[in-house]
Amino acid sequence: MSSPTASTPVEKVDGFSRKSVRKTKQKRAQSSSQYKIQGKAVDLNPLPLLKDVSSTEKAALFQRKLQQCCVVFDFMDSLGDLKMKEYKRSTLNELVDFVAVGRGILTEPNYPEVVKMVSFNIFRTLPPSESSEFDPEEDEPSLEASWPHLQLVYEFFIRFLESQEFQPSIAKKYVDQKFILQLLELFNSEDPRERDYLKTVLHRIYGKFLGLRAFIRKQINNIFLQFVYETEHFNGVAELLEILGSIINGFALPLKAEHKQFLVKVLIPLHTVRTLSLFHAQLAYCIVQFLEKDPALTESVIRGLLKFWPKTCSQKEVMFLGELEEILDVIEPTQFVKIQDPLFKQISRCVSSPHFQVAERALYYWNNEYIMSLIEENSAVILPIMFPSLYRISKEHWNPAIVALVYNVLKAFMEMNSPLFDELTATYKSDRQKEKKKEKEREELWKKLRALEIKKGVRKGMQS
Amino acid sequence: MAASSAVGDDSLYPIAVLIDELRNEDVQLRLNSIKKLSTIALALGVERTRTELLPFLTDTIYDEDEVLLALAEQLGSFTALVGGPAFVNCLLPPLESLATVEETVVRDKAVESLRVISKEHSSPDLERHFVPLVKRLASGDWFTSRTSACGLFSVCYQRVPNSVKAELRLNFKNLCMDDTPMVRRAAAAKLGEFAKVLELEHLKSEIIPMFTMLASDEQDSVRLLAVEACVSIAELLKREEVEKLVMPTLRQAVEDKSWRVRYMVADKFIELQKAIGPEITKKDLVPAFQNLMKDCEAEVRASTASKVRDFCENLPTDGRQQIIMTHILPSVKELVSDANEHVKSALASVIMGLSPMLGKENTVEHLLPLFLTQLKDECPEVRLNIISNLDCVNEVIGIRQLSQSLLPAIVELAEDAKWRVRLAIIEYMPLLAGQLGVEFFNEKLNSICMAWLVDHVFAVREAATNNLKKLTQKFGKIWAQNTIIPKVLAMSSNPNYLHRMTTLFCVNVNKEIESMLTNGIIDVRCSQCCSPIVMVPKPEGTQRLCVDYRKVNAVTRTDSYPIPRLEDCIEKVGQSALISNFQTWKEH
Repeated sequence: MSSPTASTPVEKVDGFSRKSVRKTKQKRAQSSSQYKIQGKAVDLNPLPLLKDVSSTEKAALFQRKLQQCCVVFDFMDSLGDLKMKEYKRSTLNELVDFVAVGRGILTEPNYPEVVKMVSFNIFRTLPPSESSEFDPEEDEPSLEASWPHLQLVYEFFIRFLESQEFQPSIAKKYVDQKFILQLLELFNSEDPRERDYLKTVLHRIYGKFLGLRAFIRKQINNIFLQFVYETEHFNGVAELLEILGSIINGFALPLKAEHKQFLVKVLIPLHTVRTLSLFHAQLAYCIVQFLEKDPALTESVIRGLLKFWPKTCSQKEVMFLGELEEILDVIEPTQFVKIQDPLFKQISRCVSSPHFQVAERALYYWNNEYIMSLIEENSAVILPIMFPSLYRISKEHWNPAIVALVYNVLKAFMEMNSPLFDELTATYKSDRQKEKKKEKEREELWKKLRALEIKKGVRKGMQS
Repeated sequence: MAASSAVGDDSLYPIAVLIDELRNEDVQLRLNSIKKLSTIALALGVERTRTELLPFLTDTIYDEDEVLLALAEQLGSFTALVGGPAFVNCLLPPLESLATVEETVVRDKAVESLRVISKEHSSPDLERHFVPLVKRLASGDWFTSRTSACGLFSVCYQRVPNSVKAELRLNFKNLCMDDTPMVRRAAAAKLGEFAKVLELEHLKSEIIPMFTMLASDEQDSVRLLAVEACVSIAELLKREEVEKLVMPTLRQAVEDKSWRVRYMVADKFIELQKAIGPEITKKDLVPAFQNLMKDCEAEVRASTASKVRDFCENLPTDGRQQIIMTHILPSVKELVSDANEHVKSALASVIMGLSPMLGKENTVEHLLPLFLTQLKDECPEVRLNIISNLDCVNEVIGIRQLSQSLLPAIVELAEDAKWRVRLAIIEYMPLLAGQLGVEFFNEKLNSICMAWLVDHVFAVREAATNNLKKLTQKFGKIWAQNTIIPKVLAMSSNPNYLHRMTTLFCVNVNKEIESMLTNGIIDVRCSQCCSPIVMVPKPEGTQRLCVDYRKVNAVTRTDSYPIPRLEDCIEKVGQSALISNFQTWKEH
């Protein structure tokens, strides 16, 4: 439920006086969704501290405390149950410390209690977004109101998973597929603090529960596919990609078909999303990880990027160029040869972009020594592709900085392969004329076709 | 058609040239060629279209999604170009590939085209060619083909023999149980439409279990789609069967732990109510509606609140008043003081509709206090919604009851800090004037209408001048002469040029005044530079129009006008071929 926004006092507006009607900056929004917990007064009986009881009683007391912590409070009501909220907070704190240092407390009967307590607290339907069109780039995220408790529960769970006594073979009965599904849904939380904890939790689970790994990967797949093709909205993409980055790092060679499919059918399409900037760094990292594992994937990755190359969004284009440079940094010369043709056609389009940041970013490739060496090796192919646009920009571009950069590139090409360069300069004009002629032929063709269509249409009309 | 394809035209345009166009490096040119695919097909004739063009299209489906979208759309209307219904099945292979593409819009378009051409298949062809395609898609490896398959069952089911029907049902069932949530969502979304073409016995034995299963899916995005199917299924069943087969699931949805599902129930409530019938509505839906009005999520409450009037209207007339009074009204009262403004404004937009159902006495006793509270609400939207619906109440109790409370509300809205609010209330002025009568208007509202003429936002001034026209139409010439004109004319000698311009706007808009005032003296021009014009009263009392160039710099003040939003601009130019821009300077 949303907190009532502070009502702005009604300003009287007279005549033509200009007054700012802009709202004062809203206080940070908080939200939380707990269905059907309101209305009941909660009463917990205070229990003695764990350190005050003998070691034989500790286990039983630990369990009782876990059970008490299953009670969930309504934090949107900031005044209700204050005493009990404070009691639960201190109990959780005690449990956190206890599970970190305690010896011999993770007995088998305690596992279901721990998982139950965690589930009761963290699994909930996330509240609707404060603004109907929540834009992660513009809007402040609304923070989880019950964070004082939630944070401790996460903290406790992580200590539990990291405990030396922790045994995955027992825990796997309780941390099951359903648990994972609910955990993954929480990654959509608007609260970045919660997503950060979730990242650690999921990472630990992936590390310790071998049987769940394939399932986790598949579900992340589904989340991404839904994000790309259905909703375009999911808050935890960056966090999930970060986890995937280290998962990919650990893939065994040769890569399984499943992993390759993930790269081509999921990671590459993620580039199409409007909010790419929010997770682009993590995404590019994953892609490069894949290529370092298996360079043979380079061609399909670059072709995929070219297919989804942004058409109107210059910021995204700059991101793509950045990612492409990261890929080119690790590319093998044999792979480079395979994709240089379509690749440099795109780069030549970027270089001639009227948006100077795009053009500038593309021209920076010529400062990269490794890329330069690749271009030099293949100058016979690349030079004819790049030349027309470079030549044109050097004469026409509005931005002097770009023109200066282009001159440098042209100079580099001239030094690289001067016979070809001279030839291209000489034929530039005739090539343009040839293009124009081809253009005319195309128009002619379509004209004829249209005439034919009319003729046939008439004939058909006469027949019927 | 066969005869025409034999004519020598084709040799002029070898397919290679056309295909070259479809392969051009420039996406825009490829797109253009695809959009003219019918021309190409026409040039080739039906036979070569079948034997050369379609295989080529089927083989080369790896392109920009935009090109594929155009292709999927074209193929839906290609039947005549391949030689009529007898050959329509040759369109299936390219469409089948398109239906497996990742991009949702392409897939959806391919499915749409497949649905269209399914009707053009003869029954044997449907069984021989179309049904195998559906089955192939339904058992595809990648989720995209299975998702597409879901939309194809309902179009072919009724026209195939029983044995095939059984297979189709089995395939659909598998899709409902698919591993991938995307496929289950697609199946849930098409469940209602598939249910409609099924025989009743199979509906009960097979669709209902699937429906129950989808409605308790682990993903709320699937569960909420089952709510939609609920409407279609309930419509097909008899009342007592609804109770037994559908209601348990619906009850569960009303109490779902995910607000999205509850929101869906609220959103579909009226359809559900109609499908389920009056008896179960009384027993089950009334309490469910009460619960939804008290939901903990504002989204759900707002959606429910906006349905209050329709829900009550659709209750069986006997006993309706009593149900409203005892069950609905108490919750409505709570919603009036809800913490969330969307909830209140949703309620305000329909609450007045309750008064005809409750009659005069109840309206005065129970609803009136609520209206009055809402008229004083801190959120302008709420007040506006009440004012915009005054006519419903007017019929029942007359507006006099409200007028004393109306006035402060109107005054406050008229001076609201947000210009959009001021603009909105102006819209309702003629309506209010009509219902409150000329005396009340002259006394209380006239000055407000005049104040708007000098508002600092252009849109408000513009609306205010239009408002004067409507008022004049309502109250007549004489009234205008006595009340409006003196004030408008007074503005004409104001030192502020914007006030004088407003005078001109009034003159322009208000033909009544114009005819009286000018008789051809003033000629309103729209030029880029607007010279300041002053109306000076002549000694004998008439007006003289002067153009004052002297003061132009001295009195010029900037005008505030809402800057167009960037998104709107982009929307506007999105389709254009040429985009130019220019800078404006102080609105000139």
